Amino acid sequence: MSLTLLYVQTLNGLQLGVLLFLIAAGLTLVFGVMDFINLAHGVQYMIGAYLAAMFTAMTGNFFLGLALALPSALAFGLLLEFLVFRHLYDRDHLDQVLATFGIILALNQGVKVIWGAAPLSVPIPDSLTGAIVLMPGLLYPVWRLVIIGSGLAVAVLLGLLVTKTRIGMLVRAGATNAPMVSALGVDIGKLFMIVFGFGAMLAGFAGAMVAPILSVEPGMGDNLLILTFVVIVIGGIGSVRGAFIAAILVGLVDTLGRSFGPTLLKAVMDPAAASQTGRALAPMLIYILMAAVLFFRPAGLFPAKK
Amino acid sequence: MRDAALALRHLHKNYGALAVTDDVTLSVPSGELHAIIGPNGAGKTTLIHQISGLIPSDSGHVLLGGQDVTALSLPQRVHHGLVRSFQITSILPGFSVLENVALAVQARLGTSFRFFGRASAEETLNAPARAALAEVGLLHRADVRAGLLSHGEKRQLELAIALAAEPKVLLLDEPLAGTGPEESAVLIALLQRLKGRMTIILIEHDMEAVFALADRVSVLVYGRIIATGSPAEVRENIDVRVAYLGEEVA
Amino acid sequence: MMVKRETIFGREAFPLVIFAVFALMPIAASFGAENYLLSMVTRVMIFAIAAISLDLILGYGALVSFGHAAFLGIGAYAVGMLSAHGVKDAAIQLPAALLASATFAAITGALSLRTKGVYFIMITLAFGQMAFFLAVSLASYGGDDGMTLSGRTQLFGTDWIKRDRHFYYVVLAFLIGTYALCRSLVVSRFGRVIRGARENPQRMAAIGYSLFRFQLAIYVIAGTLCGLAGFLLANQSEFISPAYMTWQRSGELIVMVVLGGLGSLHGAVIGAAAFLLLEEWLSGFTEHWKLIFGPFLVVVVLFARGGLMGALKRLGGRGA
Repeated sequence: MSLTLLYVQTLNGLQLGVLLFLIAAGLTLVFGVMDFINLAHGVQYMIGAYLAAMFTAMTGNFFLGLALALPSALAFGLLLEFLVFRHLYDRDHLDQVLATFGIILALNQGVKVIWGAAPLSVPIPDSLTGAIVLMPGLLYPVWRLVIIGSGLAVAVLLGLLVTKTRIGMLVRAGATNAPMVSALGVDIGKLFMIVFGFGAMLAGFAGAMVAPILSVEPGMGDNLLILTFVVIVIGGIGSVRGAFIAAILVGLVDTLGRSFGPTLLKAVMDPAAASQTGRALAPMLIYILMAAVLFFRPAGLFPAKK
Repeated sequence: MRDAALALRHLHKNYGALAVTDDVTLSVPSGELHAIIGPNGAGKTTLIHQISGLIPSDSGHVLLGGQDVTALSLPQRVHHGLVRSFQITSILPGFSVLENVALAVQARLGTSFRFFGRASAEETLNAPARAALAEVGLLHRADVRAGLLSHGEKRQLELAIALAAEPKVLLLDEPLAGTGPEESAVLIALLQRLKGRMTIILIEHDMEAVFALADRVSVLVYGRIIATGSPAEVRENIDVRVAYLGEEVA
Repeated sequence: MMVKRETIFGREAFPLVIFAVFALMPIAASFGAENYLLSMVTRVMIFAIAAISLDLILGYGALVSFGHAAFLGIGAYAVGMLSAHGVKDAAIQLPAALLASATFAAITGALSLRTKGVYFIMITLAFGQMAFFLAVSLASYGGDDGMTLSGRTQLFGTDWIKRDRHFYYVVLAFLIGTYALCRSLVVSRFGRVIRGARENPQRMAAIGYSLFRFQLAIYVIAGTLCGLAGFLLANQSEFISPAYMTWQRSGELIVMVVLGGLGSLHGAVIGAAAFLLLEEWLSGFTEHWKLIFGPFLVVVVLFARGGLMGALKRLGGRGA
């Protein structure tokens, strides 16, 4: 196993991690503050990617496209909140599951109708194409570094927002004890709308940032949504810090497991069996990780509720 | 010396910096009806939760007939004869009155991992359930859906469910809460009949009822027991007057 | 008001009518489009078994499990993997399918039942996805694309169920058996504890029930029965694929149970039929049928409670 490959895959894992964090951050707060299960959050990520693709194609500039996509993603999230979600807060989980499942079905099909079933591709901005040499023998694409950098920047900003501002403190308090916050006279409906819209925009941002390196296609948010759930379960519902650590952990375990799992297994079994077992086991690793965390800490690593 | 039916040793419970239960030690001999009184927020219900095992204690021990049950869960303690009722009526509203009680009998008698046969037709479960209903005077309502009972009847049902579990120690959390004068007279008469047959810990706001029923009374203020004694002694106790009776009974 | 006895209409005659219709269907089918109708209704009955099993945990246990399709897949893969190795008899395949499903249910159930609410939903979803990815990575059994079976399961060395009509009646027998088993289960001592936990778990704990054991047991029973549906599904399509256990499939199973009305068992049968026929009908209009079905689902949740049966009852003026 070459050391360069290890570095590259670690960076890839980090990139998946920050991506997961961007999606999980809003969702974990929505779960925590409102005890609301939103399966349609992955759709926001998909919408973000499509909006970025569309606006980039219209303006011919990714950054202009991104600048237009973000408020649009926010507006779309708020529209959904207004039309559907706010009517579901006081329903039971089963109703929430069904309605948000319906939204996924509709929107996955909707983007197919509007943009077609074929994947769209978004060019990487000219100034950020290519790769740079991080160290001798280690070339890494600039755009992926941009994703990692912007994800980490958002994480820091979000951390400050949640710990230093009044609204952040209300959100944290809401995740710990929602009835108490509404007893303080805070309009919890409005608070949730803000959290929800913000979460939708973050997910949309994630979708827009990866649009140049992944294919933009219907259903692209679905699998990522479930990875996000794993992140939230590991991190603890309602905890932004937990979401960050769990996201990086899941990103690294998944990426490194897939690329090095079979190699490591070769040390203990014959190569053919190792490669087959490794390939079967690697995608299960994060779920096994989740099971292990659940076994020892049923409320996740950083539970917000005491 | 014989072991007490229920003994509490240095029970503690904190919520953050707030001590809700503060070093509670209490010994209740078999057959005693022991009332716990105190102002609102004194931690009476929390104490019942700790004794019954609904919430864990931070430290201290609960002993049942000399056996330490601190590590046992709520359902496990029930099987050791420690049964509780709830302040806010807790029944199965969609089940018939009889089935509510029969479920308690079922928990006590034999296995519930029986997958065939209609449980609601089992006379081995229904007969003891009917006896418990007769005991509380609710037998004529056996086939009614429990959710349709009046409030007072629900309190009676709550007691019947507890009785069907055949408690050695019965924890009653405000059994008279929300009942009118007639309904509470029925319940007080019922408690009078039960007295002596089992050990009863009673939390109640109705002072007349407490002083009429209790063998001994403990006063709980801010999570601490500040006095224990016969009803007459407690009535005389100056501390009690200041802390509690002074405000509410005067 | 007396407790409602199990009425003729609600519980006893209605399922009989459903099963009678299923039993007579092949005769009606022989007048036209036999193959299409037979395979369509066989499919409906198989999903009815899966939906009944989900109703046990969702409707009676009030546990929102979003990973139920995994069992469908496990049952199907037991058939596919065994027959790929030349083991084609139901006498081995069926117990293997049930055992594999039960084992998966016991392990994932023991972990996910330690949690509640939103956690439970996410965790069952994640475990379902784990099973899906495992199937995708099984390259020797078709991986992503799935695998065509060399033929239907044999019955004690005979090819008796290779005929569609025979297979149809085998599925019907399993459906009736599943229904009867579950009907017995929910009124038994065990079922009464499960139903009690749905209404008031704290009360159940306070009269001495440690609910975890009961919930785990019902989870394993439901998973095993869904494994049976998977076994039948593989035989019906003579094909296995990870697509059986996508999380969308789990969602569809929930939709079936809810459409038919939670906690009634025969509602699950009606829901399965309604969903599959609706899917067939809508997709006949447009390939974008989900664009209609998705909002329909949202509208049902927001405005109609109690599923199709509830809506029918309301229309009939019997109150919700």
